Amino acid sequence: MRLITVAGPPSCGKTSVVAKACGVLQESGQPCAVVKFDCLQSRDGDLYRAAGVPVSVAFSGGLCPDHFFATNLEEAFAWGVESGAQVGLIETAGLCNRCSPHIRGALAVCVIDNLMGIDAPEKIGPMLRMADIVIVTKGDLVSQAEREVYRYRIRQMNKRAVIRHVNGLTGQGCAELAAIMARAPDIDSVTDMKLRFSMPAAVCSYCLSETRIGGRYQKGNVKKAKFAGGVHAE
Amino acid sequence: MLSEDAGSDVQDAQHENRVYAPASMTLTAGRDKSGRPEAADVVFRSGEITALLGPTGSGKSRFLSDIESLACGDTPTGRTLLLDGRAPDADERFGLQGRLVAQLTQNMNFVLDMNARDFVLAHAMSREVTDPEAAARRVLDAANALAGEPFGPGAQLTQLSGGQSRALMIADTALLSWSPVLLIDEIENAGVDKRRALDLLLASDKIIVIATHDPVLALSADRRLVFEHGAVRSVQTRTGSEEAILARLEHMETEMSRVRAMLRAGKALG
Repeated sequence: MRLITVAGPPSCGKTSVVAKACGVLQESGQPCAVVKFDCLQSRDGDLYRAAGVPVSVAFSGGLCPDHFFATNLEEAFAWGVESGAQVGLIETAGLCNRCSPHIRGALAVCVIDNLMGIDAPEKIGPMLRMADIVIVTKGDLVSQAEREVYRYRIRQMNKRAVIRHVNGLTGQGCAELAAIMARAPDIDSVTDMKLRFSMPAAVCSYCLSETRIGGRYQKGNVKKAKFAGGVHAE
Repeated sequence: MLSEDAGSDVQDAQHENRVYAPASMTLTAGRDKSGRPEAADVVFRSGEITALLGPTGSGKSRFLSDIESLACGDTPTGRTLLLDGRAPDADERFGLQGRLVAQLTQNMNFVLDMNARDFVLAHAMSREVTDPEAAARRVLDAANALAGEPFGPGAQLTQLSGGQSRALMIADTALLSWSPVLLIDEIENAGVDKRRALDLLLASDKIIVIATHDPVLALSADRRLVFEHGAVRSVQTRTGSEEAILARLEHMETEMSRVRAMLRAGKALG
Protein backbone atom coordinates (compact mmCIF):
# COMPACT_ATOMS: atom_id res chain seq x y z
CA MET A 1 0.00 0.00 0.00
CA ARG A 2 1.23 3.51 -0.84
CA LEU A 3 1.59 5.32 2.47
CA ILE A 4 1.05 9.05 3.06
CA THR A 5 1.10 10.99 6.30
CA VAL A 6 -0.92 14.22 6.39
CA ALA A 7 -0.50 16.72 9.20
CA GLY A 8 -1.51 20.32 9.82
CA PRO A 9 -2.98 22.65 12.41
CA PRO A 10 -6.67 22.33 13.34
CA SER A 11 -9.24 23.67 10.86
CA CYS A 12 -6.74 24.35 8.08
CA GLY A 13 -8.66 22.17 5.64
CA LYS A 14 -6.79 18.84 5.80
CA THR A 15 -9.90 16.69 5.65
CA SER A 16 -11.50 18.62 2.76
CA VAL A 17 -8.32 18.48 0.72
CA VAL A 18 -7.59 14.81 1.46
CA ALA A 19 -11.19 13.72 0.87
CA LYS A 20 -11.29 15.48 -2.52
CA ALA A 21 -7.90 14.12 -3.58
CA CYS A 22 -9.01 10.62 -2.51
CA GLY A 23 -12.15 11.07 -4.59
CA VAL A 24 -9.98 11.72 -7.66
CA LEU A 25 -7.82 8.67 -6.91
CA GLN A 26 -10.84 6.41 -6.40
CA GLU A 27 -12.38 7.59 -9.67
CA SER A 28 -9.18 6.55 -11.41
CA GLY A 29 -9.53 3.07 -9.90
CA GLN A 30 -7.17 3.41 -6.93
CA PRO A 31 -9.06 2.67 -3.70
CA CYS A 32 -8.04 4.78 -0.68
CA ALA A 33 -8.44 4.42 3.07
CA VAL A 34 -7.88 7.04 5.75
CA VAL A 35 -6.98 6.65 9.41
CA LYS A 36 -7.67 9.83 11.35
CA PHE A 37 -5.80 10.29 14.62
CA ASP A 38 -7.38 12.92 16.81
CA CYS A 39 -7.28 13.97 20.45
CA LEU A 40 -10.75 14.41 21.91
CA GLN A 41 -13.48 14.52 19.30
CA SER A 42 -13.97 14.89 15.58
CA ARG A 43 -16.65 14.78 12.91
CA ASP A 44 -14.10 14.06 10.22
CA GLY A 45 -15.19 10.43 9.99
CA ASP A 46 -18.57 11.58 8.69
CA LEU A 47 -16.90 13.90 6.17
CA TYR A 48 -14.79 11.09 4.72
CA ARG A 49 -17.71 8.66 4.65
CA ALA A 50 -19.82 11.27 2.87
CA ALA A 51 -17.06 11.48 0.24
CA GLY A 52 -17.11 7.70 -0.14
CA VAL A 53 -13.70 7.19 1.46
CA PRO A 54 -13.33 4.33 4.00
CA VAL A 55 -12.17 5.83 7.30
CA SER A 56 -11.23 4.78 10.81
CA VAL A 57 -10.99 7.39 13.58
CA ALA A 58 -8.84 6.93 16.71
CA PHE A 59 -8.84 9.26 19.74
CA SER A 60 -5.84 9.60 22.03
CA GLY A 61 -7.99 10.94 24.88
CA GLY A 62 -5.78 11.38 27.94
CA LEU A 63 -2.60 10.22 26.23
CA CYS A 64 0.07 12.21 24.42
CA PRO A 65 -1.34 12.23 20.85
CA ASP A 66 2.11 11.68 19.35
CA HIS A 67 2.85 8.60 21.42
CA PHE A 68 -0.65 7.32 20.76
CA PHE A 69 -0.06 7.75 17.04
CA ALA A 70 3.31 5.94 17.07
CA THR A 71 2.08 3.05 19.20
CA ASN A 72 -0.87 2.45 16.88
CA LEU A 73 0.83 2.84 13.53
CA GLU A 74 1.30 -0.85 12.73
CA GLU A 75 -2.36 -1.56 13.44
CA ALA A 76 -3.46 1.49 11.45
CA PHE A 77 -1.40 0.34 8.48
CA ALA A 78 -2.78 -3.20 8.76
CA TRP A 79 -6.34 -1.83 8.79
CA GLY A 80 -5.66 0.10 5.61
CA VAL A 81 -4.25 -2.96 3.86
CA GLU A 82 -7.19 -5.11 5.01
CA SER A 83 -9.66 -2.56 3.69
CA GLY A 84 -8.21 -3.18 0.24
CA ALA A 85 -6.71 0.28 -0.21
CA GLN A 86 -3.95 0.92 -2.71
CA VAL A 87 -3.32 4.31 -1.13
CA GLY A 88 -3.43 4.61 2.66
CA LEU A 89 -3.47 8.00 4.35
CA ILE A 90 -2.85 8.77 7.98
CA GLU A 91 -4.24 12.15 8.94
CA THR A 92 -3.33 13.64 12.30
CA ALA A 93 -4.65 16.83 13.87
CA GLY A 94 -1.14 18.21 13.76
CA LEU A 95 -0.52 16.18 16.91
CA CYS A 96 0.38 18.88 19.44
CA ASN A 97 2.53 21.06 17.10
CA ARG A 98 5.60 19.80 18.93
CA CYS A 99 5.87 16.67 16.79
CA SER A 100 5.62 15.42 13.27
CA PRO A 101 3.90 12.20 12.24
CA HIS A 102 6.05 11.96 9.10
CA ILE A 103 7.90 8.72 8.47
CA ARG A 104 11.13 8.26 6.54
CA GLY A 105 10.35 6.56 3.25
CA ALA A 106 6.62 7.44 3.21
CA LEU A 107 5.22 10.52 1.48
CA ALA A 108 4.83 13.37 3.98
CA VAL A 109 2.21 16.09 3.41
CA CYS A 110 1.72 19.19 5.55
CA VAL A 111 -1.42 21.32 5.13
CA ILE A 112 -1.37 24.93 6.29
CA ASP A 113 -3.75 27.79 5.53
CA ASN A 114 -3.21 31.36 4.37
CA LEU A 115 -5.26 32.85 7.19
CA MET A 116 -2.86 31.86 9.96
CA GLY A 117 -0.42 34.47 11.25
CA ILE A 118 2.76 35.20 9.33
CA ASP A 119 4.75 33.31 11.98
CA ALA A 120 2.66 30.15 11.69
CA PRO A 121 5.14 28.30 9.45
CA GLU A 122 7.74 28.73 12.17
CA LYS A 123 5.40 27.88 15.03
CA ILE A 124 4.14 24.59 13.67
CA GLY A 125 7.72 23.42 13.30
CA PRO A 126 8.52 19.78 12.58
CA MET A 127 5.35 18.77 10.73
CA LEU A 128 6.12 21.51 8.17
CA ARG A 129 9.90 21.26 8.23
CA MET A 130 9.84 17.50 7.67
CA ALA A 131 7.24 17.48 4.90
CA ASP A 132 7.78 16.58 1.21
CA ILE A 133 4.68 18.46 0.07
CA VAL A 134 3.26 21.59 1.66
CA ILE A 135 -0.35 22.28 0.67
CA VAL A 136 -1.54 25.83 1.31
CA THR A 137 -5.30 26.34 1.57
CA LYS A 138 -7.63 29.37 1.75
CA GLY A 139 -5.50 31.28 -0.76
CA ASP A 140 -8.68 32.60 -2.37
CA LEU A 141 -9.30 34.69 0.74
CA VAL A 142 -6.06 36.66 0.63
CA SER A 143 -4.15 38.80 -1.86
CA GLN A 144 -1.64 37.52 -4.36
CA ALA A 145 1.12 39.31 -2.45
CA GLU A 146 0.12 37.69 0.84
CA ARG A 147 0.20 34.28 -0.80
CA GLU A 148 3.71 34.99 -2.05
CA VAL A 149 5.00 36.31 1.28
CA TYR A 150 3.48 33.37 3.09
CA ARG A 151 5.02 30.98 0.60
CA TYR A 152 8.38 32.65 1.19
CA ARG A 153 8.05 32.07 4.93
CA ILE A 154 7.18 28.43 4.31
CA ARG A 155 10.20 28.13 2.04
CA GLN A 156 12.42 29.56 4.77
CA MET A 157 11.29 26.74 7.07
CA ASN A 158 11.47 23.97 4.46
CA LYS A 159 13.96 24.38 1.61
CA ARG A 160 13.02 21.18 -0.13
CA ALA A 161 9.27 20.67 -0.13
CA VAL A 162 7.03 21.12 -3.13
CA ILE A 163 4.63 23.95 -2.18
CA ARG A 164 1.19 24.01 -3.80
CA HIS A 165 -1.96 26.06 -3.37
CA VAL A 166 -5.15 24.03 -3.21
CA ASN A 167 -8.75 25.09 -2.67
CA GLY A 168 -10.35 22.58 -0.31
CA LEU A 169 -13.86 23.86 -0.98
CA THR A 170 -13.89 23.91 -4.79
CA GLY A 171 -11.30 21.15 -5.09
CA GLN A 172 -9.10 23.24 -7.38
CA GLY A 173 -5.62 21.71 -7.27
CA CYS A 174 -6.81 18.44 -5.70
CA ALA A 175 -6.34 16.53 -8.97
CA GLU A 176 -2.68 17.51 -8.99
CA LEU A 177 -2.33 16.50 -5.34
CA ALA A 178 -3.92 13.16 -6.22
CA ALA A 179 -1.33 12.73 -8.99
CA ILE A 180 1.44 13.18 -6.42
CA MET A 181 -0.27 10.87 -3.95
CA ALA A 182 -0.50 8.18 -6.62
CA ARG A 183 3.32 8.25 -6.75
CA ALA A 184 3.84 7.78 -2.98
CA PRO A 185 6.20 4.93 -2.05
CA ASP A 186 4.63 1.49 -2.00
CA ILE A 187 5.27 -0.03 1.40
CA ASP A 188 4.87 -3.62 2.67
CA SER A 189 5.08 -2.94 6.37
CA VAL A 190 5.70 0.04 8.64
CA THR A 191 7.51 -2.13 11.20
CA ASP A 192 11.13 -0.97 11.54
CA MET A 193 10.46 2.24 9.59
CA LYS A 194 11.57 5.40 11.36
CA LEU A 195 9.87 8.64 12.31
CA ARG A 196 11.48 11.73 10.81
CA PHE A 197 11.40 13.55 14.15
CA SER A 198 11.63 12.29 17.71
CA MET A 199 8.71 12.24 20.15
CA PRO A 200 8.68 14.28 23.38
CA ALA A 201 10.24 12.60 26.41
CA ALA A 202 7.72 12.08 29.18
CA VAL A 203 6.87 9.73 32.06
CA CYS A 204 6.66 12.16 34.94
CA SER A 205 4.14 12.19 37.80
CA TYR A 206 1.71 14.25 35.67
CA CYS A 207 1.71 11.48 33.07
CA LEU A 208 0.30 9.30 35.83
CA SER A 209 -2.62 11.67 36.48
CA GLU A 210 -1.03 13.84 39.16
CA THR A 211 -2.89 17.18 39.25
CA ARG A 212 -1.35 18.97 42.24
CA ILE A 213 1.19 21.78 41.67
CA GLY A 214 4.49 21.76 43.55
CA GLY A 215 8.04 20.43 43.46
CA ARG A 216 7.30 17.64 45.90
CA TYR A 217 4.70 16.11 43.55
CA GLN A 218 7.08 16.07 40.61
CA LYS A 219 8.76 12.73 39.96
CA GLY A 220 10.37 11.06 36.97
CA ASN A 221 11.58 12.87 33.84
CA VAL A 222 11.27 16.50 35.03
CA LYS A 223 12.92 19.45 33.29
CA LYS A 224 13.20 22.78 35.08
CA ALA A 225 13.29 26.02 33.06
CA LYS A 226 15.47 29.05 33.77
CA PHE A 227 13.66 32.39 34.13
CA ALA A 228 15.88 35.41 33.67
CA GLY A 229 16.26 37.56 36.76
CA GLY A 230 13.70 35.57 38.80
CA VAL A 231 14.34 34.18 42.26
CA HIS A 232 14.55 30.70 40.77
CA ALA A 233 17.20 31.68 38.21
CA GLU A 234 20.28 29.52 38.41
CA MET B 1 8.98 9.66 -6.85
CA LEU B 2 8.99 12.49 -4.36
CA SER B 3 11.42 10.95 -1.92
CA GLU B 4 13.61 12.84 0.52
CA ASP B 5 16.40 13.33 -1.98
CA ALA B 6 14.52 13.75 -5.25
CA GLY B 7 16.53 16.05 -7.49
CA SER B 8 13.54 17.54 -9.27
CA ASP B 9 12.12 18.84 -5.99
CA VAL B 10 15.31 20.64 -5.15
CA GLN B 11 15.32 22.22 -8.59
CA ASP B 12 11.72 23.17 -8.17
CA ALA B 13 12.53 24.90 -4.90
CA GLN B 14 15.52 26.76 -6.31
CA HIS B 15 13.84 27.89 -9.48
CA GLU B 16 10.54 28.98 -8.11
CA ASN B 17 11.37 32.65 -8.45
CA ARG B 18 12.06 32.24 -12.13
CA VAL B 19 8.73 31.65 -13.78
CA TYR B 20 8.70 30.98 -17.48
CA ALA B 21 7.09 34.01 -19.12
CA PRO B 22 5.54 33.11 -22.48
CA ALA B 23 5.50 35.79 -25.19
CA SER B 24 2.15 34.48 -26.31
CA MET B 25 -0.60 32.42 -24.79
CA THR B 26 -3.43 30.73 -26.70
CA LEU B 27 -6.72 29.41 -25.43
CA THR B 28 -7.97 27.02 -28.07
CA ALA B 29 -11.59 27.05 -29.18
CA GLY B 30 -13.84 25.00 -26.88
CA ARG B 31 -17.56 24.34 -26.68
CA ASP B 32 -20.48 26.43 -25.47
CA LYS B 33 -23.02 25.23 -22.89
CA SER B 34 -24.87 23.19 -25.53
CA GLY B 35 -21.69 21.57 -26.80
CA ARG B 36 -21.51 23.64 -30.00
CA PRO B 37 -17.95 24.49 -31.03
CA GLU B 38 -16.50 27.93 -30.37
CA ALA B 39 -15.55 29.86 -33.50
CA ALA B 40 -11.82 30.41 -33.03
CA ASP B 41 -8.77 30.23 -30.75
CA VAL B 42 -7.93 33.33 -28.72
CA VAL B 43 -4.28 34.45 -28.73
CA PHE B 44 -2.92 36.75 -25.99
CA ARG B 45 0.35 38.72 -26.12
CA SER B 46 2.24 40.45 -23.32
CA GLY B 47 1.59 44.16 -22.87
CA GLU B 48 -1.88 43.73 -24.32
CA ILE B 49 -5.21 44.22 -22.54
CA THR B 50 -8.21 42.05 -23.35
CA ALA B 51 -11.61 42.93 -21.88
CA LEU B 52 -14.20 40.22 -21.27
CA LEU B 53 -17.80 41.34 -21.68
CA GLY B 54 -21.15 39.65 -21.34
CA PRO B 55 -23.92 39.11 -18.81
CA THR B 56 -23.43 37.11 -15.62
CA GLY B 57 -23.36 33.40 -16.42
CA SER B 58 -22.24 33.95 -20.01
CA GLY B 59 -18.91 32.19 -19.44
CA LYS B 60 -16.40 34.92 -18.46
CA SER B 61 -15.39 33.28 -15.18
CA ARG B 62 -15.09 29.88 -16.81
CA PHE B 63 -12.81 31.44 -19.41
CA LEU B 64 -10.59 32.98 -16.69
CA SER B 65 -10.58 29.71 -14.82
CA ASP B 66 -9.48 27.82 -17.97
CA ILE B 67 -6.47 30.14 -18.11
CA GLU B 68 -5.70 29.89 -14.41
CA SER B 69 -5.87 26.11 -14.29
CA LEU B 70 -3.85 25.71 -17.51
CA ALA B 71 -6.72 23.79 -19.07
CA CYS B 72 -5.70 20.81 -21.20
CA GLY B 73 -9.05 19.71 -22.58
CA ASP B 74 -10.04 18.57 -19.09
CA THR B 75 -12.48 21.37 -18.18
CA PRO B 76 -16.19 21.61 -19.09
CA THR B 77 -15.37 23.87 -22.05
CA GLY B 78 -12.81 21.49 -23.55
CA ARG B 79 -10.37 24.37 -24.12
CA THR B 80 -6.59 23.88 -24.03
CA LEU B 81 -4.06 26.51 -22.95
CA LEU B 82 -0.98 26.74 -25.16
CA LEU B 83 2.13 28.66 -24.11
CA ASP B 84 4.11 29.95 -27.07
CA GLY B 85 1.96 27.69 -29.23
CA ARG B 86 2.72 24.53 -27.30
CA ALA B 87 0.73 22.59 -24.69
CA PRO B 88 2.81 22.26 -21.49
CA ASP B 89 3.47 18.64 -20.47
CA ALA B 90 2.20 17.30 -17.15
CA ASP B 91 5.30 18.30 -15.18
CA GLU B 92 5.44 21.81 -16.61
CA ARG B 93 1.74 22.20 -16.04
CA PHE B 94 2.07 21.21 -12.41
CA GLY B 95 5.16 23.36 -11.96
CA LEU B 96 3.43 26.45 -13.31
CA GLN B 97 0.19 25.94 -11.41
CA GLY B 98 -0.56 28.90 -9.19
CA ARG B 99 2.41 30.84 -10.55
CA LEU B 100 1.65 31.64 -14.18
CA VAL B 101 -1.35 33.71 -13.23
CA ALA B 102 -1.87 36.47 -10.67
CA GLN B 103 -5.41 37.51 -9.90
CA LEU B 104 -6.88 40.75 -8.64
CA THR B 105 -10.43 40.00 -7.60
CA GLN B 106 -12.90 42.30 -5.91
CA ASN B 107 -13.76 42.20 -2.21
CA MET B 108 -10.37 41.23 -0.90
CA ASN B 109 -8.80 42.34 2.32
CA PHE B 110 -5.45 41.67 3.90
CA VAL B 111 -5.37 39.23 6.80
CA LEU B 112 -1.68 39.07 7.73
CA ASP B 113 -0.55 40.59 11.02
CA MET B 114 2.18 42.85 9.60
CA ASN B 115 2.57 46.52 8.83
CA ALA B 116 2.58 47.73 5.23
CA ARG B 117 6.33 48.31 4.98
CA ASP B 118 7.39 44.99 6.55
CA PHE B 119 4.93 43.19 4.33
CA VAL B 120 6.08 44.76 1.07
CA LEU B 121 9.70 44.36 2.15
CA ALA B 122 9.12 40.66 2.82
CA HIS B 123 7.50 40.36 -0.59
CA ALA B 124 10.43 42.13 -2.27
CA MET B 125 12.86 39.82 -0.47
CA SER B 126 10.85 36.77 -1.53
CA ARG B 127 11.25 37.97 -5.12
CA GLU B 128 15.01 38.27 -4.59
CA VAL B 129 15.11 41.83 -5.97
CA THR B 130 18.49 43.52 -5.70
CA ASP B 131 17.41 46.39 -3.46
CA PRO B 132 14.36 45.28 -1.45
CA GLU B 133 14.22 48.52 0.58
CA ALA B 134 14.01 50.67 -2.54
CA ALA B 135 11.51 48.30 -4.16
CA ALA B 136 9.32 48.45 -1.04
CA ARG B 137 9.40 52.26 -1.12
CA ARG B 138 8.37 52.26 -4.80
CA VAL B 139 5.39 49.98 -4.06
CA LEU B 140 4.23 52.09 -1.10
CA ASP B 141 4.59 55.30 -3.11
CA ALA B 142 2.65 53.83 -6.02
CA ALA B 143 -0.07 52.57 -3.68
CA ASN B 144 -0.38 55.98 -2.05
CA ALA B 145 -0.68 57.60 -5.46
CA LEU B 146 -3.69 55.36 -6.16
CA ALA B 147 -5.39 55.45 -2.78
CA GLY B 148 -7.67 58.34 -1.91
CA GLU B 149 -6.34 58.76 1.62
CA PRO B 150 -2.60 58.09 1.94
CA PHE B 151 -1.26 55.65 4.56
CA GLY B 152 2.13 55.43 6.22
CA PRO B 153 4.62 52.55 6.09
CA GLY B 154 3.78 51.65 9.70
CA ALA B 155 0.06 51.15 9.03
CA GLN B 156 -1.11 47.63 9.87
CA LEU B 157 -2.37 45.78 6.80
CA THR B 158 -5.57 44.81 8.54
CA GLN B 159 -6.30 48.45 9.42
CA LEU B 160 -6.19 49.67 5.80
CA SER B 161 -9.49 50.70 4.24
CA GLY B 162 -10.90 48.72 1.33
CA GLY B 163 -9.58 51.26 -1.18
CA GLN B 164 -6.15 51.42 0.47
CA SER B 165 -5.89 47.61 0.54
CA ARG B 166 -6.75 47.41 -3.13
CA ALA B 167 -4.32 50.20 -3.98
CA LEU B 168 -1.54 48.35 -2.17
CA MET B 169 -2.46 45.07 -3.88
CA ILE B 170 -2.47 46.69 -7.31
CA ALA B 171 0.85 48.47 -6.75
CA ASP B 172 2.40 45.33 -5.36
CA THR B 173 1.11 43.17 -8.21
CA ALA B 174 2.34 45.66 -10.81
CA LEU B 175 5.80 46.17 -9.34
CA LEU B 176 6.65 42.94 -7.55
CA SER B 177 4.49 40.04 -8.70
CA TRP B 178 6.29 37.44 -10.76
CA SER B 179 3.31 36.07 -12.68
CA PRO B 180 3.37 36.92 -16.40
CA VAL B 181 -0.42 36.74 -16.71
CA LEU B 182 -2.75 39.00 -14.76
CA LEU B 183 -6.49 38.44 -14.47
CA ILE B 184 -8.51 41.35 -13.11
CA ASP B 185 -12.10 41.15 -12.01
CA GLU B 186 -14.03 44.42 -12.11
CA ILE B 187 -11.27 46.85 -11.14
CA GLU B 188 -13.86 49.64 -11.41
CA ASN B 189 -15.24 48.55 -8.03
CA ALA B 190 -11.90 48.83 -6.26
CA GLY B 191 -12.40 52.33 -4.94
CA VAL B 192 -9.17 53.49 -6.59
CA ASP B 193 -8.33 55.61 -9.62
CA LYS B 194 -8.94 52.90 -12.21
CA ARG B 195 -7.08 54.68 -15.03
CA ARG B 196 -3.90 55.11 -12.98
CA ALA B 197 -4.26 51.55 -11.69
CA LEU B 198 -4.46 50.25 -15.22
CA ASP B 199 -1.53 52.37 -16.42
CA LEU B 200 0.57 51.05 -13.53
CA LEU B 201 -0.35 47.45 -14.29
CA LEU B 202 0.25 47.91 -18.02
CA ALA B 203 3.75 49.24 -17.47
CA SER B 204 4.64 45.80 -16.09
CA ASP B 205 4.30 44.23 -19.55
CA LYS B 206 2.08 41.33 -18.59
CA ILE B 207 -0.71 39.61 -20.45
CA ILE B 208 -3.73 41.35 -18.92
CA VAL B 209 -7.30 40.04 -19.04
CA ILE B 210 -10.06 42.11 -17.46
CA ALA B 211 -13.64 41.09 -16.80
CA THR B 212 -15.50 44.38 -16.66
CA HIS B 213 -18.85 46.09 -16.98
CA ASP B 214 -17.26 49.54 -17.21
CA PRO B 215 -17.65 51.10 -20.67
CA VAL B 216 -14.48 53.19 -20.43
CA LEU B 217 -12.34 50.23 -19.43
CA ALA B 218 -13.98 48.04 -22.06
CA LEU B 219 -13.39 50.62 -24.81
CA SER B 220 -9.81 51.33 -23.75
CA ALA B 221 -8.82 47.65 -23.95
CA ASP B 222 -6.94 46.53 -27.06
CA ARG B 223 -9.83 44.22 -27.89
CA ARG B 224 -13.06 42.91 -26.45
CA LEU B 225 -14.27 39.33 -26.19
CA VAL B 226 -18.05 39.16 -26.00
CA PHE B 227 -19.46 36.07 -24.28
CA GLU B 228 -22.75 34.31 -24.80
CA HIS B 229 -24.02 30.92 -23.62
CA GLY B 230 -20.61 29.85 -22.28
CA ALA B 231 -18.49 30.72 -25.29
CA VAL B 232 -16.79 33.63 -27.04
CA ARG B 233 -19.35 34.96 -29.49
CA SER B 234 -17.30 37.74 -31.08
CA VAL B 235 -13.95 39.49 -30.90
CA GLN B 236 -14.08 43.24 -31.40
CA THR B 237 -11.54 46.02 -31.67
CA ARG B 238 -12.19 49.73 -31.31
CA THR B 239 -13.66 51.37 -34.40
CA GLY B 240 -13.18 54.99 -35.45
CA SER B 241 -16.58 56.05 -34.17
CA GLU B 242 -15.88 54.23 -30.89
CA GLU B 243 -12.69 56.30 -30.50
CA ALA B 244 -14.88 59.40 -30.41
CA ILE B 245 -17.27 57.78 -27.92
CA LEU B 246 -14.35 56.77 -25.70
CA ALA B 247 -12.98 60.31 -25.76
CA ARG B 248 -16.39 61.68 -24.80
CA LEU B 249 -16.83 59.16 -21.96
CA GLU B 250 -13.34 59.90 -20.64
CA HIS B 251 -14.14 63.59 -20.68
CA MET B 252 -17.34 62.90 -18.72
CA GLU B 253 -15.38 60.84 -16.19
CA THR B 254 -12.84 63.61 -15.74
CA GLU B 255 -15.66 66.02 -15.13
CA MET B 256 -17.25 63.62 -12.62
CA SER B 257 -13.93 63.28 -10.77
CA ARG B 258 -13.44 67.04 -10.71
CA VAL B 259 -16.87 67.66 -9.24
CA ARG B 260 -16.45 64.78 -6.79
CA ALA B 261 -13.14 66.19 -5.57
CA MET B 262 -14.64 69.64 -5.11
CA LEU B 263 -17.63 68.27 -3.20
CA ARG B 264 -15.32 66.21 -0.99
CA ALA B 265 -13.27 69.29 -0.22
CA GLY B 266 -16.37 71.32 0.57
CA LYS B 267 -15.75 73.79 -2.25
CA ALA B 268 -18.48 75.77 -3.99
CA LEU B 269 -19.35 74.49 -7.45
CA GLY B 270 -20.06 78.01 -8.68
